[in-house]
Amino acid sequence: MSQNGHKVIGTRPIRHDGVDKVTGRAIYGADIQLTGLLHGAIKRSPHPHARIKNIDTSRAEAHPGVRAVVTAHDLPQIADKLADLGEAIVNLRDASNNVLAYGKVLYKGHAVSGVAAINLHVAQEAVELIDVEYEVLPHVTGVLEAMEDGAPILHEDMKTTSMGEETDKVSNVANHFQHKMGEPDDGFAEADVVIEREFTTQTVHQGYIETHNATAHWNEEGQLTIWTSTQGAFSVRDQMSEILQMPVSKVKIVPLEIGGGFGGKISVYLDPVAALLSKRTGHPVKMTMTRDEVFEGTGPTPGSYLKVKMGATSDGRLTAATAYMAYEAGAYPGSPVGAGAGCIFTPYDIPNVQIDGYDVCVNKPKTNAYRAPGATNAAYATETVVDEISEKLGVDPLEFRVKNGAKEGTRRADGPVHPRIGCIETTEAALNSEHYRSSLAKSGNGKVRGRGVASGYWFNFNGGRSAISVSINPDGTINMLEGSTDIGGTRASIAMQLAETIGLEATDIKPYVVDTDSIGYTDVTGGSRTTFGTGYAAHATGQALIREMKERASKLWDVPADAIDFEDGVFSYRDDAEKRGSFKELASQAGDAGGPVVAQVSTNPDGSGGGAFATHVVDVEIDRETGKVDILRYTAVQDAGTAIHPSYVEGQMQGGVVQGIGWGLNEEYIYNDEGSMTNASFLDYRMPTTLDLPMIETIIVEVPNESHPYGVRGVGEVPIVPPPAALANAIYDATGVRLRDLPMSPPRVQKALAENGG
Amino acid sequence: MHAFDYATPESVADAVVMLSDQGKNACVLAGGTDLIVQLRENRRRTDLVVDVKRIAELNALSYDAATGVTIGAAVPCYRIYGDAEIAAAYPGLMDAARLVGGTGIQGRASLGGNLCNASPAGDTIPPMIVLSGEAEIAGPNGTRKVAVEDFCTAPGRTVLEVGEFLVSLHFPAPVPNSGAFYRRFIPRNEMDIAVVGVGASVVLSEDRSSFVSARIAVGAVAPTPLFVREAGDALAGQPVSDESIQRAADLARDAARPISDMRGTAEYRKHLTSVLTRRVVEGAVQRAKE
Amino acid sequence: MSKKVHVQTTINGEAVDFLCEPRNSLLEVLRDDLDLTGAKEGCNNGNCGACNVIMDGRLVNSCCVLGVEADGCEITTIEGIGSAANLHPLQQKFLEHAALQCGICTPGFIVSAKALLDENPNPSEDEVRYWLAGNLCRCTGYDKIVRAVLDARNGA
Repeated sequence: MSQNGHKVIGTRPIRHDGVDKVTGRAIYGADIQLTGLLHGAIKRSPHPHARIKNIDTSRAEAHPGVRAVVTAHDLPQIADKLADLGEAIVNLRDASNNVLAYGKVLYKGHAVSGVAAINLHVAQEAVELIDVEYEVLPHVTGVLEAMEDGAPILHEDMKTTSMGEETDKVSNVANHFQHKMGEPDDGFAEADVVIEREFTTQTVHQGYIETHNATAHWNEEGQLTIWTSTQGAFSVRDQMSEILQMPVSKVKIVPLEIGGGFGGKISVYLDPVAALLSKRTGHPVKMTMTRDEVFEGTGPTPGSYLKVKMGATSDGRLTAATAYMAYEAGAYPGSPVGAGAGCIFTPYDIPNVQIDGYDVCVNKPKTNAYRAPGATNAAYATETVVDEISEKLGVDPLEFRVKNGAKEGTRRADGPVHPRIGCIETTEAALNSEHYRSSLAKSGNGKVRGRGVASGYWFNFNGGRSAISVSINPDGTINMLEGSTDIGGTRASIAMQLAETIGLEATDIKPYVVDTDSIGYTDVTGGSRTTFGTGYAAHATGQALIREMKERASKLWDVPADAIDFEDGVFSYRDDAEKRGSFKELASQAGDAGGPVVAQVSTNPDGSGGGAFATHVVDVEIDRETGKVDILRYTAVQDAGTAIHPSYVEGQMQGGVVQGIGWGLNEEYIYNDEGSMTNASFLDYRMPTTLDLPMIETIIVEVPNESHPYGVRGVGEVPIVPPPAALANAIYDATGVRLRDLPMSPPRVQKALAENGG
Repeated sequence: MHAFDYATPESVADAVVMLSDQGKNACVLAGGTDLIVQLRENRRRTDLVVDVKRIAELNALSYDAATGVTIGAAVPCYRIYGDAEIAAAYPGLMDAARLVGGTGIQGRASLGGNLCNASPAGDTIPPMIVLSGEAEIAGPNGTRKVAVEDFCTAPGRTVLEVGEFLVSLHFPAPVPNSGAFYRRFIPRNEMDIAVVGVGASVVLSEDRSSFVSARIAVGAVAPTPLFVREAGDALAGQPVSDESIQRAADLARDAARPISDMRGTAEYRKHLTSVLTRRVVEGAVQRAKE
Repeated sequence: MSKKVHVQTTINGEAVDFLCEPRNSLLEVLRDDLDLTGAKEGCNNGNCGACNVIMDGRLVNSCCVLGVEADGCEITTIEGIGSAANLHPLQQKFLEHAALQCGICTPGFIVSAKALLDENPNPSEDEVRYWLAGNLCRCTGYDKIVRAVLDARNGA
């Protein structure tokens, strides 16, 4: 039995889908084979900004083996309309134009046309035969340049919205908003130490190993079926319905196994094109992206410019903070600057705060969610400034964070007041960790070493809609259908909550992720919501089953249902000790007393329980001559609320840390003067390999979320937030030089050390 | 990827005929780890791929302590470092053979392929240069030999004429008190293309206090891997000292004429050339003393 | 299109013949023609290892091998390493250590790790990390993968 009296929660069973995945039998999006299948490919823009003057598809159509060619003219042109896709609000007209460019291309890699052919090679040959005539326009890829007067304008009809009001100004700034609390000027006047610094971060990609894919079949009756890898089958259905202007009842999405998403597999890219090609040909059409198409044609997370100012009194209390945050939206409005603004100062209790956020269009792919979207950029700035303030005050940076930590009742600058949260507990656990208490040995090879810490916050978009449908087998096992696609073990974490509720083993539950015709609407697997939200539904399903089984027992035993108790997995009649049975024992007879036992439950709980906090500790070693930073030791501490399956909680923490390390040290979209990404491959977009890392130590703190029956908080996103700042602080500790531009790649570090004598 | 035909000659003569007949549009396939990707990404086009792996000479791997090692142009890296005798005799070459791509790439990629690909950053080329490697080329006019340092002529271009291909590489036997070393700088610890790579071989005096001779070559700082003869020559006759080694490093840096690209700026590459040359010469000296 | 070529191979211990165009990679042939979809395409240029198979005893990226080159070769794919009823120790350890999240890279890692253990039954952590550096995983941070491989060693 694990802690808190739980039998299943807190244990580490083998995941239900594990065997299929270690033996290569699991079917991912690109693995599907259908009779009569055609293969598609996309023609993409070579220019970052150009007007499409003409598209001539005739040579492609005449190419042997080609079955159909489509362009944006085959898509219905739709009006401005906002839709909530789970982690982002998008304008559906923009979404449509992003799928196939209409009028203008806004980034290199922007899709222009699609081809279906008898095989992929023929489709790719045909792509070269599509003749697109462009009028090349001046482009802008940097956020500050895009905000300048006179910058090339992406959307001639877009006027800046400022503080909630549309202005008359046509610019690349889609939106400027402000959160204000208290009087920052007064707060800074009280402060003894005030630090103001500027930071930049570059565009980075989620980097999932599976490329995007979609296979569409538009049958004779006008019913569209899409097999795809997605974080949200219902979100794909909604997008298809809107972009293709067809009723949702005509669209079925079959989610296949998904090879990573991290926020990047919510928007559709290929799906509408595959659907059009299928409609045109009458055959199913499969489309998969190449890796360079993923980099150039899907939604990375933005580069940004931040200016952060913080002040504290000499006794170590933060008095005020301000932030100027300009995030690249990419080609269409909708960067995660809003989310970043909600997170930027949230680990702290600061009375006077002002945050100004700017959402800015640039000639890069439309950005998308990436694991705590917006928060990592923000924390890089704040956590570096906090480190500097701690140093100026001569206090331990973690003790400073404990002293100023947010707690129940602290108000966030964007409004909400925290319920019970684990911010201070997490920081204290880091402070007391073996890692932090150990001393850092000197390097024996002429290199220098340093230690850094940083904290981070992510809301957790807990809540949202989830549905579960179960049927009980006579042997007491349960088939559990769910709508949450499983990116990292959520079949297990959801099944475990159902098992816990009704007193079964995790292996007694058979979880299946099913298509959109087979389960109620379920929001995306994103925002760290699935183990919380669909787990919440699983708990409710268990409660429903218990009620139903009491009814059945009542009939079988001929006793009143309200006199039957359920405890420790056993149903029993209060007045007769003979009348008792476990869930399994009853299941074998229950069908005789009213037909098969089934239950369908849907939930939409409210409340993230205040979100998730993390504090990280890292030791680095730096080669001063080359500027290379190596990670010696890394410890991640995080409040998980309740860890349902601790191995997968640790796994989320470790994976997030390593993505954050990649972001901090090497990953970036490198653009040339022509507005082209020059490193669109896994060779030169340098994600960490096994050899770049030590083991990643984890400490799970459990401050239960009061809004969830088992105390679950989302765990997936916050671990990516602290690493870049923790690394910057460790580099400073080692060298005395502060790095305020990401990535802190060897050339940057070497240059900074050379210029600052570090 | 555009369509092409595929042929598997079993003799050098047959391969020469096929390549000659097809002219410029033929490609030689050994490990394929560069070629297949280049064809797929439309960086190269071909009508005929000539797979030379069935030709005995291309698979030869023989070592003789007196005459040196002959490595068939298609012998994959793993076979080279997997041969204990060869690995012990040519540690400088092994430094590079072990870091070409990942383990899966090393199961196919060959030194010959790395040379013929003629990337300025090809990792095995600087060590092959400093080990005085010689390339044996077969063609319509028989065979000829070319020093490795003269083999690459521009990015992706070599001395190979139409109908010619690389058969094997030969390296003389190491002399006493000699050592060689290769190291590259990359942002990660594996899997990257060299920002700069430096190979050095040294021969020390019997008392190992001075250099008898040295050869230094630098990758990724010029259109071809660069043999910096003057940097090695500057060490000849000099004591083994920080000063002499730094002088060689300065000469290598001065010879470097890098470009700025997404892997590094010209300025950074020049700086790294100096740092790596110093470290690599020190590594070679250490091996010479072992 | 050029003429298809008849190729005779042994895959996972069984004789397999197939026809392919010279431009088809071994990965394409395995996935599209032979229904062996355990090998995945992550990058198609030898930088992620998701397509790794063992060819004549050597680990190779099947995206960087032409199907026609497989003539006369013996190939082991993830499907040949173990099955639900008979898991390879590496597969068992990956499950026990929760060494997979999304699972797309898992077949490549297991094939690579098998090739390592076949050659070196008792590798150190550094040797495991070096050998697997050509396999990218974006979910796990590698910690649990490396632990699983270490735990699958002989005498572990």
